[in-house]
Amino acid sequence: MKALIMESKTNNILIIFAHPALQKSRVNKQLIKYVRDIEDVTIHDLYEVYPDFHIHLKKEQALLEKNDVIVFHHPLFWFSIPALLKEYMDLVFQHMWAYGKKGQALKGKTLLNVISTGGRESLFRDKGYNRHTMVEFLFPIQQTAYVCGMEYLPPFVAHGTHGMTKEVIQEHGEDYRKLIVALKDGTLDIDQARTLSRLNLDIDKIIMERKK
Amino acid sequence: MHGEGFFFQAFVYLVAAVVSVPIAKRLGLGSVLGYLIAGFIIGPYGLKLIGQEGQDVMHFAEFGVVMMLFLIGLELQPSLLWRMRKPILGLGGLQVLLTTTVITIMGKALGLTLQTSLAVGMTLSLSSTAIVLQTLNEKGLMKTDAGQSSFSVLLFQDIAVIPMLAVMPLLAVSSLETSATAHHGTGWVEGMPGWGQALVVTAVIAAIIIAGLFLVRPFFRIIAKTGLRELFTAAALLLIIGIALLMSKVGLSPALGTFLAGVVLANSEYRHELEGDIEPFKGLLLGLFFIAVGASIDFSLISSKPGLIGMLVLGLICAKLAILLILGKIFKMGNDQNILFAFSLAQGGEFAFVLFSFAVQNNVIEEKIANPLIGAVAITMALTPLMLLLNEKLLQPRFGTKEKENGKADTIDEENPVIVAGFGNFGSIVGRLLRANGVGITVLDLDSDKVELLRKLGLKVFYGDASRHDLLHSAGADKAKLIILAINHHDKVLEIIKMIKKHFPHLHIFARASGRTQAYELMDAGVHHAYRETLDTSLSAGIDVLRTLGFRSHQAHRATKTFRYHDEESINELRHHRHDSKTYLSLARQHIEDLEQLLLSELGDAEEHHDAGWDTTFMQDKFGELKEKKDNP
Repeated sequence: MKALIMESKTNNILIIFAHPALQKSRVNKQLIKYVRDIEDVTIHDLYEVYPDFHIHLKKEQALLEKNDVIVFHHPLFWFSIPALLKEYMDLVFQHMWAYGKKGQALKGKTLLNVISTGGRESLFRDKGYNRHTMVEFLFPIQQTAYVCGMEYLPPFVAHGTHGMTKEVIQEHGEDYRKLIVALKDGTLDIDQARTLSRLNLDIDKIIMERKK
Repeated sequence: MHGEGFFFQAFVYLVAAVVSVPIAKRLGLGSVLGYLIAGFIIGPYGLKLIGQEGQDVMHFAEFGVVMMLFLIGLELQPSLLWRMRKPILGLGGLQVLLTTTVITIMGKALGLTLQTSLAVGMTLSLSSTAIVLQTLNEKGLMKTDAGQSSFSVLLFQDIAVIPMLAVMPLLAVSSLETSATAHHGTGWVEGMPGWGQALVVTAVIAAIIIAGLFLVRPFFRIIAKTGLRELFTAAALLLIIGIALLMSKVGLSPALGTFLAGVVLANSEYRHELEGDIEPFKGLLLGLFFIAVGASIDFSLISSKPGLIGMLVLGLICAKLAILLILGKIFKMGNDQNILFAFSLAQGGEFAFVLFSFAVQNNVIEEKIANPLIGAVAITMALTPLMLLLNEKLLQPRFGTKEKENGKADTIDEENPVIVAGFGNFGSIVGRLLRANGVGITVLDLDSDKVELLRKLGLKVFYGDASRHDLLHSAGADKAKLIILAINHHDKVLEIIKMIKKHFPHLHIFARASGRTQAYELMDAGVHHAYRETLDTSLSAGIDVLRTLGFRSHQAHRATKTFRYHDEESINELRHHRHDSKTYLSLARQHIEDLEQLLLSELGDAEEHHDAGWDTTFMQDKFGELKEKKDNP
């Protein structure tokens, strides 16, 4: 089994959190609480820092360079990411920095999406109402990761948020925390993870025992 | 002692001013009172250091008033006059009319002739522009309702002096006696009958207006072309001194003439230049004037007739107070504003000296009647800063407290997280935004009429001075999260910050600044957020200009945001170096260059490009050729 990165070293994790109306959020507001206060995990609240979309390029690039795992945590808007996160990608993942001949800044890092959506999982199937799977909708992100030389993992998805009970939100929150801790400690079973349609399908299955 | 010449006199005056004014300010008495006390101490009835008679001191000092009226005139464009016509004509007109009538009746009742009573009534209806405006300005009260009303009344009075001066000769008991008693040898008009003098006066005033309209501007244009700043100052002084001389020649107050000249030049392009040049002279000479008033209080006269003078002073103040209070009520001022307004204007004015001597000269009033009156006027003028102080310390707090008690009922059930100090342009916009978003605000303002209006609109508003910590306390400062200082008076704001830091250190302070320097000072004082009030407006204008020049809208917006970001960064860095002018300048220059470089590079294709993610120029360079080949094999 291949662990994410060498087990002896902990990974720095950057959660880029993009929610334009967090004050109205039920699920994400709770989810993000489960990953706060973990050492080496930075939560970067994009809409809070850049309400005017004026993203500070150099600061963002420096922040990315310091971290090993990049998490895009956001609700799904029209089968895609929120506008500010797209703007962030457009401007920060710069030519000759993130990609291109000399662009190696993101190479070897890991990227994944943590997504909430009102749609139940049954809708996101070839024969379902949405006609495509979540992984398929995320192809642009996956391709970006590929171009930048990053490892792209399947998403962590909280389906059916509209009627989600507190208990289910709590379950998701705990799974989210397990995932982040495993990414940090390097105990995520990458090969196993790649086979899943979403990481939280069976979170315990993809987390390995920590080596003594 | 007086033979030692000009330098000694100047030395005495300057020492008196430099010593007494800071002490007076320190004691919270204001500069005017400081000057007055200084004058009294060095004057003929104090240490006898200057002119044995108040006369020559006064004569010298009148020039300060002359300059002040010139400057006031400069501020008064005809359009501004027009906008203020209601308070000026209504409030001012009624004040002069009522006071004149009441005092005339009082004079008649005391056995004076009708002409004399009328002359006394007109003269005493005037208040002291110099003392009132200076004191109100210093206390930051000019923008309040009472301040504006006081200004309107004073303005009407200043204008009313003209017809008064013209009418005075006509009141002469007998025009033949005029020539017999005129004793000033320098004038052109003595020996003329009353109507002749009135005619000359009118002609001279007309001449000043015409010259101001047609001759002065070309004259200044020629002077300005030399490019010598000091020559311009000299020309400005020449203009004023020339007019003053001319007015003295025809026996009029020089102040009047220069006021007129000021109004005539208010619309000219040299207005600000003239203001800047004359202002320091005015400040110094006005101080001198106040010293002279202090020195001119004739204590031998007062001590010889203390009862009479006391009655006159008391009568004058009471009569004026009563009339002003009634007028304030008619014009719907709030109680405390009305009291401030009445206390401000309940004194005789400097024009009284001029009018009385003019009246004596024209044989309208006998000297033995005029002298005690002049003494009484001087005393009421000296009392004005004291009365305002009394009002501020004893009367206003009661009104503040009263408002507070009214507000107490609703303080208990809801505690607002935000206090807004000052509800003018800045404060009201922030305040309304907060209210529109359901944030409770408690407003403090010094203008009680505004307070009343806002209360009617359902806002929780306190009347009062935010620098008083008891008031802030009752406004809920110890429970509030933050305070917004939107007061247009920088020193006051700094004072408030100090007080907040001491009594309510938990409050987050947001403060308005007019520009960089003020913003630095606010940050140094420990403000958490300082806002330069014109920054965003200027940048908005910049965006529109760029767009008009053909920039894409989004590009203009992005460039402006980058500019703003860098400007704030540089403010934060430069703040610590601003006392070291060399470093400051070189750093500032560096910042400006960096920013220009950055913005220009966004236009071009440099490495530093912030929005390069949207720029496909390099792609075209790289792949454009390949594509072309493919398309046209």
